[in-house]
Amino acid sequence: MSGHVFHPGHHDLHGITVVLETDVELWVGRFDSVTPKGVLLHDAGCYEDGVTEGTREEYLRKTLKFGVRATTKNKLIPEDAVRGMRQLAEIAGHD
Amino acid sequence: MPYQESLVAPMRAEMTEMGAAELRTVADVDAAIGSATGTTLVFVNSVCGCAAGNARPAVKMALGHSALPDRTVTVFAGQDVDAVARARSYLGEYQPSSPSIALLRDGEVVHFVHRHQIEGRSPQAIAADLTKAFDTYCSNSVGA
Repeated sequence: MSGHVFHPGHHDLHGITVVLETDVELWVGRFDSVTPKGVLLHDAGCYEDGVTEGTREEYLRKTLKFGVRATTKNKLIPEDAVRGMRQLAEIAGHD
Repeated sequence: MPYQESLVAPMRAEMTEMGAAELRTVADVDAAIGSATGTTLVFVNSVCGCAAGNARPAVKMALGHSALPDRTVTVFAGQDVDAVARARSYLGEYQPSSPSIALLRDGEVVHFVHRHQIEGRSPQAIAADLTKAFDTYCSNSVGA
């Protein structure tokens, strides 16, 4: 049973927790897919510039320690708004 | 919506066969974690093959280490919903994710492995994180 995947044919990042940046927001959530309407994340939390307390870096540090404080079950972010996307684990520096 | 029980039964068995006590009700969780002293490893199981498929073998590897928690328990996210919610209530500020692994000492979380720390990593790497925590926090040594 170990290693069994229920969703074959998925995107390489499917199921991976990613950090997705736009000009005004930073989203952390579980990548699902790229749909015609945008990038779909599940169980996503958001840092909003000028609204959320602290900096983007502080938000990420807290997320790395305590996990994703999800505020949205499903979040679609238009592809043309995406400025960058990377795995949260890359930030943590795991092997 | 929970998966069919027949589908998740092997994943439950993978944990119980390595010695984890499965907690399926709120009462189970309260009895096992609520007033526990010493160290308790809590594994939040998941059907997700991407992450749980490596997490379960990692826990099994870690439980072969010399220093061990006093007890190992497991709840199944998405299946035993009330039990999982109750277990998470003991995890303080740590946000829900599955699979995930918490090490508690005298009721306080002293080490936590989030889902994002499991994704894409080998069971060996995850187990190494756990055994390092066991060495730090667990005094229950095999053969001691």
